[in-house]
Amino acid sequence: MALSYDILQQRLTDKFEGQVSNFQESYGMMEFEAPKEINLKVLNFLYDDEQLKFRFLTDLCAVHFPENKGKELAVVYHLHNMEDNIRVRFKVYTDINQPDVYTASGLFSAANWMERETYDFFGVNFVGHPNLKRILNVDEMDYFPMRKEFPLEDQTRIDKDDEMFGRG
Amino acid sequence: MSEHHIKLPEGSIEKTTTTLNLGPTHPATHGVFQNIIELDGEKIISAEQTVGYIHRAFEKLAERRPLYQVTPITDRLNYCSSPINNMGWHLTCEKLLGVQTPKRVDYLRVIIMELARISDHLICNSIVGVDTGAYTGFLYVMQYRELIYEIYEEVCGSRLTTNIGRIGGFERNFNDIAFQKLEKFLKEYPKVLKEFENLFQRNRIFMDRCQGTGAISAERALNYGFTGPNLRAAGIDYDVRVHSPYSSYQDFAFNIPVGTTGDNYDRWLVRNKEMWESLGIIEQAYRKVQEFKGAEAEVFHADVPEYYLPEKKDVYTKMEALIYHFKIIMGETKIPKGELYFPVEGANGELGFYLISDGGRTPYRLHFRRPCFIYYQAYEELTKGSMLSDAIVTMSSLNLIAGELDA
Amino acid sequence: MARPVSYNIFKKPLETDISMADMPDGHQGEGFFATSLNKVIGLARKNSIWPLPFATSCCGIEFMATMGSHYDLARFGSERVGFSPRQCDLLMVMGTIAKKMGPVVKQVYLQMAEPRWVMAVGACASTGGIFDTYSVLQGIDQVIPVDVYVPGCPPRPEAIIDGVLRIQDLVGKESLRRRNGEQYKALLEGYGIQ
Repeated sequence: MALSYDILQQRLTDKFEGQVSNFQESYGMMEFEAPKEINLKVLNFLYDDEQLKFRFLTDLCAVHFPENKGKELAVVYHLHNMEDNIRVRFKVYTDINQPDVYTASGLFSAANWMERETYDFFGVNFVGHPNLKRILNVDEMDYFPMRKEFPLEDQTRIDKDDEMFGRG
Repeated sequence: MSEHHIKLPEGSIEKTTTTLNLGPTHPATHGVFQNIIELDGEKIISAEQTVGYIHRAFEKLAERRPLYQVTPITDRLNYCSSPINNMGWHLTCEKLLGVQTPKRVDYLRVIIMELARISDHLICNSIVGVDTGAYTGFLYVMQYRELIYEIYEEVCGSRLTTNIGRIGGFERNFNDIAFQKLEKFLKEYPKVLKEFENLFQRNRIFMDRCQGTGAISAERALNYGFTGPNLRAAGIDYDVRVHSPYSSYQDFAFNIPVGTTGDNYDRWLVRNKEMWESLGIIEQAYRKVQEFKGAEAEVFHADVPEYYLPEKKDVYTKMEALIYHFKIIMGETKIPKGELYFPVEGANGELGFYLISDGGRTPYRLHFRRPCFIYYQAYEELTKGSMLSDAIVTMSSLNLIAGELDA
Repeated sequence: MARPVSYNIFKKPLETDISMADMPDGHQGEGFFATSLNKVIGLARKNSIWPLPFATSCCGIEFMATMGSHYDLARFGSERVGFSPRQCDLLMVMGTIAKKMGPVVKQVYLQMAEPRWVMAVGACASTGGIFDTYSVLQGIDQVIPVDVYVPGCPPRPEAIIDGVLRIQDLVGKESLRRRNGEQYKALLEGYGIQ
């Protein structure tokens, strides 16, 4: 029987006894969340299970929700079961003051750089990552630019006359 | 006497390998990548890549721009095939906004996207040729890339960073010259491609350079997140156009070419075969476009004045168009809340847009799944144990685009 | 015994599609031609510029088209695209230069031998373009002096060729003493180059 979102939800609820929550489907893709402590258990279960077979990590990124106190950073995994052609989105939330999430690079080689990028942009500390350092930005950078509180523009620019841009 | 001896660093006598720095401005790297390679003679022991030399903060920039202004950013991701990125973004927005596009728009988009795929594969394959010592192919097919660019120019006025189309369709209908040029392309290009193919495919030198170098197994390729021609060369028939069709790709008949070994030669062959398939798709789409008659043949955008930027001359002359123009530009139109991931088959892999909208006029978060960022990390595994000159061919046959890689 | 030497015995018609460099102004008479050294050297330099393409992104692809068979930059005496900064005269910076790349551009510029010229191709290299962000250098003129800016995002191949012609004008008219002058030294010192 082909895999469907109902079966997936049932299997996950059975396996993790209510720890996996917030199932919802929007724009044709199901998403769910789990506590960050069991992210690897969930990923491993989805990978190894003979029925689920989510063996392709499509994407890994983070999102910053400053208003969501205690759960400011969301790490988002997009997984793909290529045999049944079904995609799923899986989120774990973490506190911004202690952004430790277990690394998925042992399971997916593709996660290596994507986690480095996420660290570079959001400062998510992937525990157990073999080489967690900045990838796109310069090493000397001392903040995580994609967090909402940081501005887009370079603040050291002096050639911009605010009067000209209507901000004077 | 002894104090005059040259002091060598610790361990340098015992060291039998050479460290070679390749890049970031090396002529053979076709883009700004840095590789620090450890060599034993000519053999690569390890390679450490550094990227980010043209990081431009696309994702942060996108958070500041209304949906229709994100299109120019997507141009600059994979600039060899920017129309695919533009269309991918428009399709993402249309899915978010619930816009249904007419069939004619879909087919016109397919024509443009497949032209873009051809021009991308053309560059990649001819550059593989350049790196194996055959410059002729590059100079020859460059002419036909110019013809593709001329077709873009007729449609949108721009060559490379096209910014083609709008949310909901195209900014203007294709004119007759565009179709004439398309016909010219369809007529002349197969001959050129055949000749290009003959130049390489069974060429002894080319085969010796490419076969067996830079190979990857299907299993490892999946684990590394390969998509597009590189994954198909390893033998997995995954193609977004077939697996989750967009823009009416389900109406077309085409094959997915697959390789077996995932080496440079297979990657070259897969790309070459894909160009033939793309030509077939364009022919089918062009025939379908010609079947529209009367008023239907004039349709070039969906009827969604809320989201489709009206033509400039209408803005100056028609009240309604002026109102909608004002509403869109000032961010007065309603954007639904939502979260979606939309993949399209980019020229070098699955290009995905992960968009979170909080109802504001700009995306709350926009993440691009950039295929070459993900598969470039396999480069060390692909080149380990091979010769230095093979590593260069491997790099070009992966179709790495620095702009997309660094975002 | 002296042998008769003859050359150009078959008179070739001058082909119209090959353009010849004009002779510089000067005094001439039978058997002599006098002009200033400046002009002769300028003439030689301007028609054999070796460009060093420093292509990082989209504009690099347009440069590829410029070098390719359709537009063919070689018509202007620049077919020898060198990739070694030591032997090149013209640094063509094409594409976005991120802050991470800034020191590399400067290093390449320093490696070039005098006289050297710089052309910023495209909006990003000239001003940072649409990328007014924390990671992008807002124009390469923050790290190295630039002679010609080519606008466009990306510029069409015709625009790049026009930029090269402007460089040729500059090269041809440059005084031989410029590179030793106080003004030039001050310019370089402004960039921290000795």
